[in-house]
Amino acid sequence: MRRMPSAWLIAILAILMPVVAFYSMTVGTVSISIAEAFSAAVDSLFSGEDTVGQTQVILFDIRLPRILLALLVGAILASTGAVMQGLFRNPLADPSLIGVSGGASVGASLMIVLAGGAVESGLLMGLSLVALGAFVGGFAATILVYRLATSGMGTSVTTMLLAGIAIGALAGALNSLLSYFADNDMLRQISLWQMGNLSAANWAKVSIMALVSLLLFISFPRDSRALNALLLGESEARHLGIDVQRVKRRLIVLTALGVGVSVALAGMVGFVGLVIPHVIRLLIGPDHRWLIPGSAMAGAILLVVADSLARVVVLPAELPTGILTALLGAPFFIVLLLQQRREV
Amino acid sequence: MTLRAENISLHLSGFDLLRDVTVQVEAGKVTAIVGPNGAGKSSLLRVLTGELAPTKGLVSFNQRDLNDWPVEQRAQMLAVLPQHSLLNFPFTAHEVVALGRIPHQTGTLKDADIIDQALKLVDAEYLQKRFYTQMSGGEKQRVQLARVLAQVWLPCEEGEQILVLDEPTAAFDLAHQQLTLEIVRQLAEKGVGVVMVLHDLNLAARCADKLVVFDGGLVAAQGTPEEVLTEQLIDQVFGVKAMISRHPVTNKPLVIT
Repeated sequence: MRRMPSAWLIAILAILMPVVAFYSMTVGTVSISIAEAFSAAVDSLFSGEDTVGQTQVILFDIRLPRILLALLVGAILASTGAVMQGLFRNPLADPSLIGVSGGASVGASLMIVLAGGAVESGLLMGLSLVALGAFVGGFAATILVYRLATSGMGTSVTTMLLAGIAIGALAGALNSLLSYFADNDMLRQISLWQMGNLSAANWAKVSIMALVSLLLFISFPRDSRALNALLLGESEARHLGIDVQRVKRRLIVLTALGVGVSVALAGMVGFVGLVIPHVIRLLIGPDHRWLIPGSAMAGAILLVVADSLARVVVLPAELPTGILTALLGAPFFIVLLLQQRREV
Repeated sequence: MTLRAENISLHLSGFDLLRDVTVQVEAGKVTAIVGPNGAGKSSLLRVLTGELAPTKGLVSFNQRDLNDWPVEQRAQMLAVLPQHSLLNFPFTAHEVVALGRIPHQTGTLKDADIIDQALKLVDAEYLQKRFYTQMSGGEKQRVQLARVLAQVWLPCEEGEQILVLDEPTAAFDLAHQQLTLEIVRQLAEKGVGVVMVLHDLNLAARCADKLVVFDGGLVAAQGTPEEVLTEQLIDQVFGVKAMISRHPVTNKPLVIT
């Protein structure tokens, strides 16, 4: 398949991202036209907080944080997916392979079952117990997988893949066990959480996510050449002057942090981490200096589009976002695969 | 004495892979390692490049213990071409060779120039925009060779440079075998020390200044091709009756089996 110049793709995505985000402001149960949204934005900027109307509340307290959260979560999931695929030298790897999603879902289910009532009342300024449980669970699972795969000789990527699968299976079993003991209400919460949902977005969540994203996107660029070298193999990377063990540890911790926080705040949004980097790689090639930012932007766009659709397809109700990401992404991915197959 | 392994023993999972081996790779010289399968040739390379720590003995590189060199500086002086590559991502040839410039801070323009020259040198210019995953075995290996050549393209201020090649000619046709040996000779004339594992004794005799013959984890003989390649040694090490003659043009030893 012929490649597209990387700078073009980045430019296209950079234009598309704000357009999609802005359009998404107008989409929802209450439909607000582009002109209305624009004048409301101007109003609230220039006339102070006296004139807070219903439109402003919908736009700036409900939709804007939700869109920003979608952008950030999408960017984190897709870029960490690209990092994991590079680190594992496997285009089918995704962040869930290092155990972070499995652990997070056990943590969340545990919290839902143990603290059922408290969860619904929404403690800790929106950062609920569930989020905390998910983050702790995800991070703990990753550390466990990493420990299992690390010996005196370094971290074995193959062992880590296998350990990730084992921990994932264990997490699945624990999850089923918790579901078995849960009552109907909890069960519904567990399954809703696992579908991934951005509807509970607020400014506190956006701020946390923004901080984490900032840390990741400052750190990733300096390891992108190391990731390129790692595609040759670990000892080849070492011969190219890469401190492989340190790079690996750093990237795994950053991924666990990024995915852990994303899953904690937005639930399990699948598919973005696996497919977006793959699609971007098909378009511009595997150079991580472009692949990581490209994936981040494309992931952000996909999640905003998916979330906008989630808000309107079954009006007046909403669908969980995670369902839409797969519904949107999978056909696109299949088309790309078919195209690639024809050209090889 | 650029790269020197001194009294190396290597014991791995119950096997003695190397026993009391002393080998020296000099800058500006070509050292070929030969021997039957499983004799310890690749193990020696892995010890020489710091991939495996020897159970006993010392490896020194440019007057320092090999492991005392910071990884990045070491990569500026020591390039390694493995026998097989795991790369299965669709980099172009140009991008693969560019990886060889990672340890150096010479700037994009200079690097691009070196990459082009390295690709041209290994007769892989036409592959520049092709995807690595769609190349033949020989093409892949040539691109990898260009990558390690790019890594030691310019002399390094820190010390002498060494290029380590593990069976570089295995995937090549006759023309590219010759080409590789010519490149290796040129490189040695530029002052780079080359150490490589070869299977073809005649290729080794033609190209190397020094031969090291391995047998069962021990050095069976080392010296110039003329000193080392005798009928008795070939019988003893390979179990093959051979005749040693002289190449009519180069006058190097010629092993006829």
